[in-house]
Amino acid sequence: MNNDYVVRMKNITKVFGKVKALDHVEFSLKKGEVHAILGENGAGKSSLMNVLNGIYMPDEGSVEVKGQIVKITSPKDALNLGIGMLPQHYKLVEVFSAIENVAAGSRKTPPFLNKKKILDDMGKLIDKLGMDIDPHKKVYEMSVAEKQSLEIFKVLYRGADILILDEPTAVLTPQEINNLFGIIRKMVNNGCSVIIITHKLEEVMEISDRITIMRKGTTIQTVNKNETNQQELAGMMVGDVMELNVPYVQVERGKKCLEVKSLTAVDRNKVNILDHVSFDLYAGEILGVAGIAGSGQKELCEGIAGLYPIKSGEVIFEGENIVGKTPEKIYDLGISLSFVPEDRLGMGLVSSMDIIDNVLLKDYRNKKGWGISRAVSRGKAEMLVEKLNVSTPAIENHAVSLLSGGNIQKVLLGREIALDPKLMVTAYATRGLDVGSSQIIYELLNAQKVKMKPIMYVGEDLDVLMNLCDRIMVLCEGKITGIVDPRKTTKEAIGLLMSGVMDEGGEK
Amino acid sequence: MIHIVKKEVPKTRDKMIIRVAAILAALLVASIIVIFAGANPLQLYFGILQGCFGSVHRFAATMEKMVPLLVLSLGVMVAFKMQFWNIGAEGQFLMGAVGATLVVRLLPNLPLPIMLLCMMILAFVFGAVWLMIPAFFKARFGTNETLFTLMLNYIALTLVTALQYDFWKDPAASGMPKIANLPDNALLPTVSGFNLSIFFVVIIVLVMYFFMNKSKKGFEIAVLGESENTARYIGLNITKTIMIAALVSGGLCGLVGMFQISGVSGALSVEITGGLGFTAIIVAWLSGLKVPFVVTNAFFFAILLQGASYIQTAFQIPSSVAEMIQAIILFFILGSEFLLRYRFVRDQTESEVA
Repeated sequence: MNNDYVVRMKNITKVFGKVKALDHVEFSLKKGEVHAILGENGAGKSSLMNVLNGIYMPDEGSVEVKGQIVKITSPKDALNLGIGMLPQHYKLVEVFSAIENVAAGSRKTPPFLNKKKILDDMGKLIDKLGMDIDPHKKVYEMSVAEKQSLEIFKVLYRGADILILDEPTAVLTPQEINNLFGIIRKMVNNGCSVIIITHKLEEVMEISDRITIMRKGTTIQTVNKNETNQQELAGMMVGDVMELNVPYVQVERGKKCLEVKSLTAVDRNKVNILDHVSFDLYAGEILGVAGIAGSGQKELCEGIAGLYPIKSGEVIFEGENIVGKTPEKIYDLGISLSFVPEDRLGMGLVSSMDIIDNVLLKDYRNKKGWGISRAVSRGKAEMLVEKLNVSTPAIENHAVSLLSGGNIQKVLLGREIALDPKLMVTAYATRGLDVGSSQIIYELLNAQKVKMKPIMYVGEDLDVLMNLCDRIMVLCEGKITGIVDPRKTTKEAIGLLMSGVMDEGGEK
Repeated sequence: MIHIVKKEVPKTRDKMIIRVAAILAALLVASIIVIFAGANPLQLYFGILQGCFGSVHRFAATMEKMVPLLVLSLGVMVAFKMQFWNIGAEGQFLMGAVGATLVVRLLPNLPLPIMLLCMMILAFVFGAVWLMIPAFFKARFGTNETLFTLMLNYIALTLVTALQYDFWKDPAASGMPKIANLPDNALLPTVSGFNLSIFFVVIIVLVMYFFMNKSKKGFEIAVLGESENTARYIGLNITKTIMIAALVSGGLCGLVGMFQISGVSGALSVEITGGLGFTAIIVAWLSGLKVPFVVTNAFFFAILLQGASYIQTAFQIPSSVAEMIQAIILFFILGSEFLLRYRFVRDQTESEVA
């Protein structure tokens, strides 16, 4: 039976700093199967695959490939074992043609290009897999789907028979997805084994043979597709509702403050990243925004703040449409965006500056004249450090990038709240924070709510969202799949909404 | 295998030790060349100091070398702070000198104070415009400022050549291709070798210190340089900020053109820059883009320049040797910067990749 498995990963543990990204994970891949790995953000899906691909070295555990225990220390090692991973962001040379991209970096390529031979090899493979690649087409002329086919082809050409696809369908249209699945099936028929990382339940049910569900760095279960259904999977993915110590504060909600009407925006690939999003936000409520990463949360936040170009639709704030206004103007209206992107230091803070200067970022304009004064900001910084318990050796001449993630977060959020904004948009406010610090953040948000502030809270932890928010809006692929009352719904139902299964009985 | 790893922030004491060691090592290596050139290294090094500080006159010469370098360095520093790689200081310098000369040609009879003021204003404007052109294209169309500013250097140089050999050629110079010397009412007053530009430089340094550390615009420039996303997030007008930084940066470099022709060379020519616009890049960079260090480093470079020209005559060594000594010292100092920021570590056999 052992020969059936091309990959067996046992007891894999990987620790980053204090965070256990993978905690004794078990995973196996049979020859000729399509195996889906399902999980929320941060469940450890990508980390596990990075271990298999030699990008991370596991702290514990063993990896067995084709019956032999191996140590994979680089993607090159992985490829030698026949493991190829498709990057989420394509790594192709734009000005090269398909054939040149295939030749570049392949160890089969001799010093001088033998295009004819590569072309022959390519032809055979293309026929076998039914791919639609024109070898002479330049990459910059290709559609996203074509680029993806080319990436798959590149990996196969280099001799991989175990393919890892990291969220391959995220950027594709439904037809293209069908196409991709066709290619995957043909690959499997030709003896390849495929691992597909995803969070879309329908696709999982369509393409995979077995499914491994991960949550918070551990494997929950591996199931056969035939023995399960979407509801069960969603349940396993999100887990049971945990009783958290997040206090819900009852506040009579006030007037409508923000009205978003049919907001639409496109991303670089011309895909609708926001698709006719409409919702209202009231004073004295926390509106949660749930969704798998990349469902449009970032664009929604930035779109409101005037940082992301809006194709159509309106954002009405205090009776005025703010779409098309510059960030300066919107900022002057009192919309504070304490948006924390995945890269914490990317936008809200300047990493090389100290806490005082980062507080100053939002303060310096209040002073009249040409100069800046650090005295006020120093006071605020001191208060912030004390109130939020930020652990830092100094507030001056100590770059915030040297602080831990949680402390950086506190500085950012503390600063925004201290500004007393008219509208707060926060995203992933407690990502990476320990329980105590998170608690402080929730209390701060609740305090704002009691002051009848409208708050939009983009989160990823459903437990927190369900405890903290008055309503939860679920986004999937840029569309609102439902706006629900967390006290009248289940976590599982939200999980289904996140995976694109449409709203069945929410409070719309 | 040996790896190069970024260091944590080095301590001030370590920094001093490494820098002093670098200079000593440089002098040691330079000694070999000096001995080959037939001079006594110790005497020669002492000679350098004598050449710089030996008399009031020599000290004035050192200051004269420091003035343009310091102001140019402050100029490029402003742009660099925004991560706008202005390597066109040479061109802005030349254009500033053209602007100053233009004033004299158009209004030759202005009284001295007004003349100097007008020259300074026009020099500033010419230099500023010369940098605001690439800045505009960068802000508007995202062009590469490095290439753009570099190429504008050649245009400025060619323009000055055309002026010198043709349009503004001095008919009184009996066929020599030169532009007429400035009249007395366009020369910076001089007191025992020190010209008035030193006074202006003191003001410029103070203003720039305020601008970079205590002004809104300076703060915005620093934020934009660190992260364009943050700048957008706090609602900065990015185009405006880029243009203001270019105005200050190019303007300062242009001003140097006026100081140089009015205080040192006495006339516009293609040689006035002497490559200082490029040296300024090194000075600004070595100073970590901080005003006080720009001042000290410009002073240090002025010593090198003045010392080198002194020892050529005093020790009868060829100018190339003096230049080599300069280059060796520079090389070691630049090398030590690397050691300040990175350290070598030996690979452990089972090291982590992540």
